[in-house]
Amino acid sequence: MVTTFHYLVLGAALFTIGVIGVLTRRNIMVILMSIELMMNAVNINLIAFSSRLQQVTGQVFAIFVITVAAAEAAVGLGIVIAMFKNKETMNINEIDLMKW
Amino acid sequence: MDFLNLIWLIPLFPAAGFVINGLFGKRMSKTVVGIIASGAVLISFIFAAGAVFQLIQLDPLHRTHTVKLYEWINAGPAHTSEGPLARFQVDWGFLLDPLSSVMVLVVTGIGFLIHIYSTGYMHDEDGFYRFFAYLNLFMFSMLTLILGSNYLMMFVGWEGVGLCSYLLIGYYFHKKSAGDASKKAFIVNRVGDWGFSIGIMLIFVTFGTIDFMQVGEKVREGAMSGAFHAGDTLFVVIALALFVGATGKSAQIPLYVWLPDAMEGPTPVSALIHAATMVTAGVYMVARSNFIYQMAPQAMLVVAVIGAITAFFAASIGLVQNDIKRVLAYSTVSQLGYMFLALGVGAFAAGIFHLMTHAFFKALLFLGSGSVIHAMHHEQDMRKMGALKDKIPVTFWTMFIGTLAIAGTPGLAGFFSKDEILWRAYSSRQGHWLLWLVGAAVAGMTAFYMFRLLFMTFFGESRVDHHTAHHIHESPRAMTIPLIVLAIGSVVAGYIGFPAWLGGGDAFEKFLEPVFEPLPIPLGPQAEYSHMAEAGMAAVSVGVALLGFYLAYSKYCKRSWEEQREKRQYGALYPVLLNKWHIDELYDALFVNRLKGAGKALWRFDGKVIDGVVNGAAWTTGEGSLGSGWWDRWIVDGLVRFVGGFIKTMSWPVRLIETGYTQNYALVMVFGLLIFIGYVLWGTP
Repeated sequence: MVTTFHYLVLGAALFTIGVIGVLTRRNIMVILMSIELMMNAVNINLIAFSSRLQQVTGQVFAIFVITVAAAEAAVGLGIVIAMFKNKETMNINEIDLMKW
Repeated sequence: MDFLNLIWLIPLFPAAGFVINGLFGKRMSKTVVGIIASGAVLISFIFAAGAVFQLIQLDPLHRTHTVKLYEWINAGPAHTSEGPLARFQVDWGFLLDPLSSVMVLVVTGIGFLIHIYSTGYMHDEDGFYRFFAYLNLFMFSMLTLILGSNYLMMFVGWEGVGLCSYLLIGYYFHKKSAGDASKKAFIVNRVGDWGFSIGIMLIFVTFGTIDFMQVGEKVREGAMSGAFHAGDTLFVVIALALFVGATGKSAQIPLYVWLPDAMEGPTPVSALIHAATMVTAGVYMVARSNFIYQMAPQAMLVVAVIGAITAFFAASIGLVQNDIKRVLAYSTVSQLGYMFLALGVGAFAAGIFHLMTHAFFKALLFLGSGSVIHAMHHEQDMRKMGALKDKIPVTFWTMFIGTLAIAGTPGLAGFFSKDEILWRAYSSRQGHWLLWLVGAAVAGMTAFYMFRLLFMTFFGESRVDHHTAHHIHESPRAMTIPLIVLAIGSVVAGYIGFPAWLGGGDAFEKFLEPVFEPLPIPLGPQAEYSHMAEAGMAAVSVGVALLGFYLAYSKYCKRSWEEQREKRQYGALYPVLLNKWHIDELYDALFVNRLKGAGKALWRFDGKVIDGVVNGAAWTTGEGSLGSGWWDRWIVDGLVRFVGGFIKTMSWPVRLIETGYTQNYALVMVFGLLIFIGYVLWGTP
């Protein structure tokens, strides 16, 4: 039987994979995908608790997160394209404008 | 239509013509420009004629019509010399009375003819529209001068015609002589205008108003009540100040020098401005101020003497001049002298009468000379003319009539007005036989130099060079028709003043009488003369004129003109006359070169002292700024750089955190999050 616990483990695993991806990968596209992974891990958690507590709030929240994620993906991809046009690179280490 | 209340429109038509031609004339065809300019003046003439006609319908004593358009200046109270306060209040108003009627008809009528003439004469000139715009502006100014109801409006017109005179004399501005002549006219007129403006100020200070009618009334009341006496210094000063203005505008000694040079302008301009209208403004102004002059017999004497001397002096120069227009210019100065002689002896109506007849025949003569010049391809030197009689017959016959008229041939316009003046110079209270003698001599000289002009131009052997001779042609109809109309005017204009001694009614004098009404002041006894005496005087002056004609005939017609013979006749006087009594050189030495010297001295002062100070200031500033620049660069900038550098150097440990790698920041966030979670889970409760 799949319990809440299993969902939480899956969510935690996915989140961890996402964090590691964000921290280690150098390709911006992959980093964006990792962020997507982290958000979906959160969604799983929300759905799991919604099911367990028999309340719809969590599902509503999940839908909001998906919506925001879509918007974020659009904005993020826009920035990536603009960045690529300017610097001709996808390597995050070469994008260091925030340095002093 | 009620033309009397529309007199304010009369100057506005040419003003509209000026605006249209001035703004858009460049893009319009010459025909349209000519029609607009001439049409504007024609409409003015119609309105003027209508107004004058309606004025004549009125009772002779009430033939004064003022139209106040609006209050022009209201400058608040000021002290008059008498003590009481007066408001300096000036209306933009128009005055039509017999005097301005005569002037307005002469100016618009002859002005119209000259506009028509100009469309032919100026046809091949550059800046055709510019010429007509100026001409219309002149008409506007002249009509403002004439119709203005106060001295200040007259002054506006006065300056306006001066400006137009300047612009039109300098019409051929690419010629240095034309530019110089226009400047000379303008500057000499400034001297006169100074006198005129002083006169206006004195009038206001004395009477508290500058309105013609009001000043006239105050003078009359003062004379009646005994407050003013004839010969009061104040009146003499005002009259002389105004007369200084008149000598400038009307080219009298000592300010006549600009008029002969003004012949540099196109010939229609000479006819309109420098013969028929503008130069008579001084005569008009003195006649308009007759109430002041009547109170100042000493000033009247000055006017008469200056007039007589000018008439003689200018005529003497005219005897030997060779430029056809210059002869006419000196003739104009001389005839203006006649007018002032008439004004000076108190015969205001006679002066205005001569002004009117002179406008006809002198405009005719100038336009005729223009026609000659046109035919001769811009040759003005009479030494290169001769025998033109049959080649340009219309010009010849009209000029012949003009010459007869100015010479005083009985029956023509000049005879009536000139003899009226000569008679008054002798017979009136302020008159003197000496004045008459000079006038009569001038009549002979006038006949002489005018017939000399006629004979040198139209008779004798042809001295025209072959190239020009082939192209001599009569002028177009636009030019000959005005000549014919003016010739008719030169014949008949005198008859409106048909004198009593010939059985006439002196209609012209009677018409003007209300304007020149004598003031109630005690005068010397008036000698009584019979008509016979007047007729005898006329006979004498006609005889003198005949003598002049005969001399001219024997010297220039029977035998053709020869320079050597002419020189021999005058002997030592010839170079003096030819060089205009060296007056220009005298003025150069006395005033012009002094002013130039002063100007040069000031220029040197400017170059050395003022520029020296400025350059010194610049040098000091430059050197000083070097010092302050050094201070700024090393001390101020040094301090700033030191602070910046210090912070930069000391901040290296902090800088290490800021790598700029996004993932470093994310890692720090993750660590922070982990620490936070750890604290929540295992931290102290």
